Amino acid sequence: MTTTSESPATETPPEVGQARLRKEDRRLLTGRTRWTDNLILPGMVHLSVLRSPVAHATITSIDTEEARAATGVVGVWTGEDLPEQGAMPTAWTVSEDMLTPPLLPISVGTVKHVGDIVAVVAATSKEAADDALELIDVDYDEQPVVVDPVAARAEGSPLVHPDLGTNVAATWGMDSVTLGTGGDAAEAIRAAQADPDQVVVRRTLRQNRITPAYMEPRSIVVDPTSEQVTLWSATQVPHIVRILMAMTQPIEEHELRVVAPDVGGGFGGKLQFTREEALVLLVARRLQIPVKYTESRTESMQSSHHARDQVQEMTLAARRDGTITALDVDLTADMGAYLGILTAGIPLLGGFMFNGIYKIPAYSFHCTDVFTHKVMTDAYRGAGKPEATFGIERMMDELATELDLDPIEVRRRNWITPEEFPFATAAGLTYDSGNYDQATDRALEMFRYDELRAEQQRRRESGDPVQLGIGVCTFVELSGLAPSRVLGGLNYGSGGWEHSSIRMLPTGKVEVVAGTTPHGQGHATAFAQIVSDELGIPFDDIILISGDTASSHKGMDTYGSRSLVVGGMAVVGAARKVVEKARPIAAHMLEANVDDLEYQRGRFSVAGTDSGIMLSEIALGTWLAHDLPDGIEPNLDSDCTFDPENFSFPTGTHLAAVEVDTRTGRVALRDYVCVQDVGVVVNPMIVDGQVHGGLAQGIAQALYEEILYTEDGQLTTGTLADYLVPAASDLLAFRTDTTVTEATTNTLGVKAVGETGTTAAPPAIVNGVLDALRPLGVEDITMPCTPLKVWTAIQEARSGSGAHDEGSRS
Amino acid sequence: MERMNHMAHVSLTVDGLTQTHDVEPRTLLVHHLRETLGKTGTVVGCDTSNCGACTVLLDGESVKSCTILAVQADGATVETVAGLADPDGTLHPVQQAFHQHHGLQCGYCTPGMLMRSVCLVRENPEPTEDEVREGIKGNMCRCTGYQGIVDAVMAYAETSRTEEAGR
Repeated sequence: MTTTSESPATETPPEVGQARLRKEDRRLLTGRTRWTDNLILPGMVHLSVLRSPVAHATITSIDTEEARAATGVVGVWTGEDLPEQGAMPTAWTVSEDMLTPPLLPISVGTVKHVGDIVAVVAATSKEAADDALELIDVDYDEQPVVVDPVAARAEGSPLVHPDLGTNVAATWGMDSVTLGTGGDAAEAIRAAQADPDQVVVRRTLRQNRITPAYMEPRSIVVDPTSEQVTLWSATQVPHIVRILMAMTQPIEEHELRVVAPDVGGGFGGKLQFTREEALVLLVARRLQIPVKYTESRTESMQSSHHARDQVQEMTLAARRDGTITALDVDLTADMGAYLGILTAGIPLLGGFMFNGIYKIPAYSFHCTDVFTHKVMTDAYRGAGKPEATFGIERMMDELATELDLDPIEVRRRNWITPEEFPFATAAGLTYDSGNYDQATDRALEMFRYDELRAEQQRRRESGDPVQLGIGVCTFVELSGLAPSRVLGGLNYGSGGWEHSSIRMLPTGKVEVVAGTTPHGQGHATAFAQIVSDELGIPFDDIILISGDTASSHKGMDTYGSRSLVVGGMAVVGAARKVVEKARPIAAHMLEANVDDLEYQRGRFSVAGTDSGIMLSEIALGTWLAHDLPDGIEPNLDSDCTFDPENFSFPTGTHLAAVEVDTRTGRVALRDYVCVQDVGVVVNPMIVDGQVHGGLAQGIAQALYEEILYTEDGQLTTGTLADYLVPAASDLLAFRTDTTVTEATTNTLGVKAVGETGTTAAPPAIVNGVLDALRPLGVEDITMPCTPLKVWTAIQEARSGSGAHDEGSRS
Repeated sequence: MERMNHMAHVSLTVDGLTQTHDVEPRTLLVHHLRETLGKTGTVVGCDTSNCGACTVLLDGESVKSCTILAVQADGATVETVAGLADPDGTLHPVQQAFHQHHGLQCGYCTPGMLMRSVCLVRENPEPTEDEVREGIKGNMCRCTGYQGIVDAVMAYAETSRTEEAGR
């Protein structure tokens, strides 16, 4: 068959780069959503969870008799009633000395944090299950509690896990000598101390404990009656849940299907294999009827994993011209009472990034992971790297202050210049490309930096009660998790590849199957744009299939800013294989030689002629298979498993202007500018959305959010009334722009964007607050910079009784 | 042991359809909507009335349906996100505005945001950006940073004014 079909696709602009409105929107806007909690199955019962009201106790008795007899109750189980329950896994053994405390879905005999699981009830209604919880009688013999990670490390501290004999979960380090990337930091610091032409700046910085606070509470439904046991969960990671469930609980991998239907936000908070997921499955299998569990927000606050929570001892040595000679980082990282799948390793991800965008001749990093009587910490947008960026970016401002240099200038003197890429960092990574000058110049211009400095000066001179502060953050983010070999070298429990398969339907439509699992990021839209350009299929004719292990049979899910950089490359790989499978068929259909064919955006043409054929026509012809060349399978469908050769490194310059009312301590956001390089942009609208969302979370860590426990381990921020997720009135309109230096490690040239905002905003804000208040003698304020903390710091500085709250200068 | 449940009789007109049920007096309106009336577009996000994801219109006013008992809504007219679009699928202008301005990502807060926006703009047809931010402060979003939402509400307000003017 010969055709002379036109290719409209070649005449229209490419999809990649366009602000396509989202395919996802229609269902979400009209309430035709499929949240896990929507599911109602015949005979389904509801699970409620009894949680410990105390932080550390031995359980001396549990009486469930009254609960069992309550109306509607079909079963009550303590840990002892579920001998088949398997120990919850960790997925990252970070060091040889790592200690993993036993964690069962239902704790037996002891509880280690408020919210720890003591028993579960299944009943015919959620109300009946909740009512029955109150009938369970538990005797708690309370034990000593430790909640501060530094105190937990110290000699004589109460032990979270007495059997382990220590509160140290793991220790880990890296340094430029061992890596072969530089000199000995300790030596360089000693030399700097003795050198009158150098300064050594030491600070103790604090990362507040926060929580991802996704809007959709976690929900799980298990139907044990289907061919494969089906587990629906509001999770980011159905593939990971499946394999970890199969490896630890009494079910085989091939007997289990895990589905993430619509998921209302994750941010790393739903990157977990949870005790509740195991429990719903165990109870469902026992009862042989469907079981549902949906957490309340309070339960979410007291049991889904928290984040950050580090004490950072930072030492930065530099010459008096501001050029850095050494950086040493010593972290104490709060694990909580138990280890989740990545808990112990989150601070290590940061270990690679404390050097930031700077040339550091000597670097050393050491981390001590510590147990406390709190909920486990684990991944949250940035996962270790916001902590690192905060550390280095705060220190750059401290260095600027020490040397009386402009904070932008001191950064400029240290950052990698465009000609120096690809650049091997002190931490052993290779940054592929970047241009920090370009982004910074653009940001300064948008921000009207000089005008703001002039205004700041005027306010200082006039003693204005409202002072203006300017905060800077220039950063790089480690994205695109991850090259599998690197993960292997770190003893991480999985690879970092991603998978896609593309199915060419005979009517010319395309199904893109991906192993990534979106929960708001717009994959259906972005992947359709990419495939449209590769295959010349109209955007509207492409659909994404994801989130279900039955249909996305292979994947590593969504987190770590990987879906575009790794998943998108798998999609591209699969698309290009489709084209290669089509090539000999096209030649046959065009009665031409394969070597004479050209291909562009969906159309094969015979070189030098008008003769051509669209991929969609080839798809029909392949399906008909009436006239295919010998030896060719009647199938264009292809798949690709892509393993990245490197991480990706988006970068940016963030500038924050804050107004601090010295009378009330209140910090008002005056302006926020960020210019970011995320490589090639597939959909600028989606990129903007990701940036805005990340900025809101980053600003919130700096100003509003904190998970607080009392000394005896009571969680006092257990609701959204106490834990201050910002509202629209707490934020401002962000002003953003992008520069582009293409990634050199993937053919799309994309770098990733998802975690940039949460990484860069906290130091930008805190640097701004301190910039406003240093003239008053304030030297540090720990996050969140609440009115009370800011006001207190000002009072203390004025009275000379100490110019800081908990952060200290040594 | 038998327990007599004292049920209450609740009649609601939801998205144009009037239905009557017996409910436990302690049943929240949001649970009645979701579990009995099938209005799963309306969702629960918290347990302290902070997040606003459950916002519906009750006799035209935006209310958090987690803070109202089903029995309190007896005889009322309730509008949820499921009733915004026309039967033929044409999106309501507020939905169209959120679509055009990327006012949603995961979509969980969206039903509440949409219903609140309808009420906000009806009460204040020409809001400033600050008034929009204040006006939606009872509706939490974790994905968007609110920028797309504010743009959407401003655009919706303008569309509504233009339509009003056109009458």
